Amino acid sequence: MPEGKLCNKQTVDAKEQLDALLADKGGKQYYEEMNHLDVDKKALRATLKNVVRSRFKTWLEICSHCGLCAESCFYFLANDRDPKQVPSYKIQATLGKLLKRKGDVDNAFMQECMDSAFSKCTCCTRCGVYCPFGIDTGLMFAYMRGILFSQGFSPWEMKIGTGMHRIYRAQMDVTTEDWVETCEWMAEEYEDDWPGLKIPVDVQNADIMYTVNAREPKHYPEDLAEAAILFRVAGENWTVPSEGWEETSLAMFAGDGAACKMQVESVYDAMDRLKPKRMVVTECGHAYRATVIEGPYWAGIKSGQPPVESIHYVEWVAEALRTGKLKIDPSKKIKEPVTYQDSCNYIRNGGLGDVAREIMGYIAEDFREMDPCREHNFCCGGGGGLNGIGRYREQRNVGLKIKRDQILATGAKLVVAPCHNCWDAIRDLEEIYKIGIRWSFLKPLLISMIDVPEHFKPTEEE
Amino acid sequence: MYEFVTGPLAWISFGIFFIGLIYRLVWYIRGLNWQLDRVAYTQHVSYGVKGALRSIFYWMMPYGTRSWRDNPGFTFLVFILHIGLLATPIFLKGHNILLMERWGFSFWTISESTADVLTVVVIAAIVFLILRRIAKPEVRLITDIHDYLMLLMAVAPFITGILAHYQVGNYRFWLILHMLCGEILLIAIPFTKLSHFVLFFASRAQLGMDYGIKRGGMKGKGLAW
Repeated sequence: MPEGKLCNKQTVDAKEQLDALLADKGGKQYYEEMNHLDVDKKALRATLKNVVRSRFKTWLEICSHCGLCAESCFYFLANDRDPKQVPSYKIQATLGKLLKRKGDVDNAFMQECMDSAFSKCTCCTRCGVYCPFGIDTGLMFAYMRGILFSQGFSPWEMKIGTGMHRIYRAQMDVTTEDWVETCEWMAEEYEDDWPGLKIPVDVQNADIMYTVNAREPKHYPEDLAEAAILFRVAGENWTVPSEGWEETSLAMFAGDGAACKMQVESVYDAMDRLKPKRMVVTECGHAYRATVIEGPYWAGIKSGQPPVESIHYVEWVAEALRTGKLKIDPSKKIKEPVTYQDSCNYIRNGGLGDVAREIMGYIAEDFREMDPCREHNFCCGGGGGLNGIGRYREQRNVGLKIKRDQILATGAKLVVAPCHNCWDAIRDLEEIYKIGIRWSFLKPLLISMIDVPEHFKPTEEE
Repeated sequence: MYEFVTGPLAWISFGIFFIGLIYRLVWYIRGLNWQLDRVAYTQHVSYGVKGALRSIFYWMMPYGTRSWRDNPGFTFLVFILHIGLLATPIFLKGHNILLMERWGFSFWTISESTADVLTVVVIAAIVFLILRRIAKPEVRLITDIHDYLMLLMAVAPFITGILAHYQVGNYRFWLILHMLCGEILLIAIPFTKLSHFVLFFASRAQLGMDYGIKRGGMKGKGLAW
């Protein structure tokens, strides 16, 4: 059974494997090897039997092919209403066929399935909200990714991502030392401007255990400092864990269930160790989805709830504003038209639509909703890991048109995007389509408009 | 032939219809798995029940969901079709007389003219649904032979029924054909897409529980379908 050196059915659990993958720039060799990867039909049949049970079988069978899902899908709209982008078509042509053929498929078919599962669906699950039968095609594609992963048909970046989680318990190669050092560095760096600023590591019984997206320590460490400033201003008793600080899950995007479990258990272990009252997740959509919404199931927790009450950053901000822990200086509210990007992962799939509006009520004078919005909002165009996959860059860029037009229609030049994926997608759409917008997380906006207590005011240099 | 179609075959088709649907429902529920589906079905019961009921209720209300409202013409056709499909056979005078004769009970009945109107409505709705399938490229591509077959099976008892009622040509021929078509439809329901007769409720309840228990139902007001 031919297996590539890089592209194979093995999981990436050792640093040498990961380094070899990383050395293959753009996945050139990886994708070449994929062309020769054999399908293990027996294993595939067994996987299908385990994964595709009455729920998915029913969905695939009773679909009346009415086409109501067509317009719910931003890919259908962005690709000039191409019928091959109708969710029902996409899933019947992949999972539907796979099931009909009982796993008796070839390499080319598996690659087609991979291309569909990653470049024609961001698993935003909007179609499920528009189907009279409640057929959630986005969800089926998420499981489809898992089936593909088990056979080694996964985009190069996804394979790397799962390896990162397996080895570092983070989506990037950030070690415990790197993380703790970054926390110390950021506290020092900002201490001049914010006297007494601290990022407390491994404090037990804190009110809040704060957890992040590995991109923050790796590429945007100032985000960490901003979180610290806001917690400090709000007077929170908070901490970060030295291990189990990473919330994201490229493993979820890739469909590597075992790695998903390892990742969330690292966070749950930190909860056990530090016994915080609550956990707050940074401004990331899929991180919250992975660790708070899906995580308990991977970890086998029957209640479906994380071990400690866990909230998204927007919930903490709304609460801090509501209770007066954070006070907005009315003269500093955002005056220009501003809109809000509803992240699929914590708005449609997390129920936080009202919370986001509450925040905008405090900070914006001219808040403009996108149409549609809240749980009906369109995916930013970069969800489901798509932002990070080179192979599908072109398809991603076409999909971004829908978000571009939604933003343009609001007339706002500023987009609040408290989600890393959305933030990236909107940054990229500006780079490609140049519509003259700015985009921001909540933290920097809040810091620019809160009342700062006297003792914590930046010291005057002159 | 008449005796067979109204006797043993009626028993068999109703038997298959009811037992088949119960089987599909039990099969569906038994196939659910909290950890695989990632929905804590048996926990947070009040949220689960609320989510399931909301999910069914809004979708059974004409124009009750955003999807229904976005597609007003289609929604109109779907609702009048289903009302006609269910109400006509159950409340038809002739059927209830037969029910009384054979099985000793009957339902409340509708007038003959109402039944005629409903029949024409069903036939018209199906004609329009077929035209829609052909006219819209995004629907045409996903349509297969089964979709037409389902529509045909659903409309056949209505066409043969009204022909028999107005005694167009040979009454006995249309009557027997009408009953055969109805029985074929009953038998087909559990085995085809028409199993949405019960699986609509099962699937809607499942997704409703998913949203109600896991995907935000315990945080927000519940998904605005």
